[in-house]
Formats: sequence, structure tokens, C-alpha cells
Amino acid sequence: MTVTTTESAYWKGVRDGAPFILVVAPFALLFGVVATETGLNVWETLAFSVVVIAGAAQFTALQLMQENAPTVIVLASALAVNLRMAMYSASLTPHLGATPIWQRALAAYVMVDQSYACSILAYERNQQWTPAQKMAFYFGAVTPVIPVWYAMTVVGALIGSAMPAGLALDFAVPITFIAMIAPALRTVAHIAAALASVILALLFAFVPFNLGLIIAGIGGMMVGAQVELWMSRRMPA
Amino acid sequence: MNDPVIAKGTLWTVIILLGLGSFGLRFVFLGLIGNRPMPDWVMRHLRYTAVAVLPGLVAPLVVWPTATDGVLDIPRLAAALTTLAVGYTTKNVLAAIFGGAAMLYLLLWALG
Repeated sequence: MTVTTTESAYWKGVRDGAPFILVVAPFALLFGVVATETGLNVWETLAFSVVVIAGAAQFTALQLMQENAPTVIVLASALAVNLRMAMYSASLTPHLGATPIWQRALAAYVMVDQSYACSILAYERNQQWTPAQKMAFYFGAVTPVIPVWYAMTVVGALIGSAMPAGLALDFAVPITFIAMIAPALRTVAHIAAALASVILALLFAFVPFNLGLIIAGIGGMMVGAQVELWMSRRMPA
Repeated sequence: MNDPVIAKGTLWTVIILLGLGSFGLRFVFLGLIGNRPMPDWVMRHLRYTAVAVLPGLVAPLVVWPTATDGVLDIPRLAAALTTLAVGYTTKNVLAAIFGGAAMLYLLLWALG
């Protein structure tokens, strides 16, 4: 095992994070296009991506604003989509908790699915790393991804205003979401949660203020958690 | 999407509060709570947030598409199911998007 310096940990992070450009770039592009289709200008679209940095939550907020949902519902739904970040935060804490507060604040700002996933895997492989090296790796892993996220949002916004009608872009959001959900259906519990959510959302679609979505979200979580309990009782680990 | 309007005040309220809220969720343990473990039942529910919220958001858009004034539409339904099938089998988000888009355009063209 070669000796790892803080600097080499950073560059290791850059190398591990670089492939995620291929995942992040098309998403940012699509967000830019859809946001301008919804009536946002380039600056508003960029501000959205810089301030929030969370594709799924941004698409959720955009869709609900377009349906004229009340602001409270827009925020509650988009934040619910982002609740997984709290899980990431909890699972990174044992590794990064001892670093300076400004670094942890910056790490929180740039936290995305990809940076979390590749960092936590690297920490499991390299348990001898110091907190400073772990943080360096983390920042390395987000270095290729975050600028691409900003830049491709702008490109998408610029292309979007030039998009011809008739491309059925109304369906870009549903397809993107389904494409994100499908690979996440890893267990019976995940499938049950998703199915419950679909059924509840359709049943309660009549409820005003898009509250049906909140019902579906809470119901889906409860079903997922319950099915997980049943499965673990049937097959003790 | 005919002339959709989002009030500017609403838009900026959502951008700023969603930004603050998202930062809060990302910072809550790392920055504030430290290394105390969360109760099992909380973690168990948090695991399903994404798969519980996103399908509920999408389902009405698929069954009652806005572009067809809420009438069930074969190309859009087929595109949604294709996306799901490709995404589930390949675990590849981009392959699923391209598969769904291909089915959508194919059927829109074929059914004209």
C-alpha cells in the first residue's frame, strides 16, 4: 500500500469522480431545457442549479410550480425527495466529523448522490485514511462534477429556448423520473413503496393543493418500512 | 406546455427556501448532530423517501398527461412502461431515458 498524502487523496477523488460527469451532464442539460420550457430565463435556471444542486428535487419543484401547487407543497415535496441527503450526511459523519466546520459546511453544500457513493466506498477500502485525507478525497470527487452541473444547466437553458415545439418535451420530466426510480427498485420493500405511492397518488389526485402527493409519499414510506420489517422477520440475517 | 407561467416571486421563494432546506438536510448530521446514531425506525423510513415520493409525482402525469388534456395517451403510456422496464433491467438511468424517448417518438410518429 502506497503512502497517501492529502494531495494524493484529492487527486484520487478527482479520478474516481470523473466518470460521473457522464451521468451529471445530461441531467443538467435536461433540467436547463425543461426549466426554460417552463418559462424560466437562463439566470433563473442557473440560480436554481447553483442554489439547490439536486436534480430530482429541482425537477419536482418545477413540475409542481407549473401545476400551480401552493409553495408549501412545492417545498415539502421537493425536500422530501431530498431527505436521502440527511441519510448521506449521517453516514459521512463518522468519517468527516472531525474536520473543520467550514469544510463540513462546504462538503454539505456539494453533497450529491455520486460524491457520497464514491466517497463512502473509498472510505471502506482505505480505513487508514485520516479525516483530512478523507475530506480531500471527497472534495476531489466533486471537483469534476459540480462545475459540469452548473455549465450544462446553462447550455440546456440556451438550447431550450431554441427548441422547436412538437418534441413532446412535456414528457421529459416523467421519463427522467421513471428512469431514476427504476434502478432504485432494489428490494421487494422498495417496489412495494413505489407501488403504494402510485396507487395512493392516483386515488387521492382529487385532493386540492397537491396534498395527494404528500399522502402518497408518507404512505409509500410507511409501506416500504413495514415490508422491510416483514422481510427481515421472514429471513433473519 | 402552452404558455406556462410561474410567478417570479413564487419562483425565487422556492429557489431560496429549497436551497436553504436542502443545505439543512445535508448539513444536519455532518455539521450539527455529530456522531449520535439515529433511531432504527427513522432510518427505516428515510430509506424509502425517494421511491415513495417520485412515483406518486409521476403516476398522474403518465395516466393523465397535460399535453393531451388529461386523456390517457398510448405513446406516453408505452414510453413510461419502456423507461421502467429498461431502467429496472439495466440499472442504467441514461439507457432508460433513451429507451423511453425512443418509444415515445416512435409511437408519436407511427400513430401520427
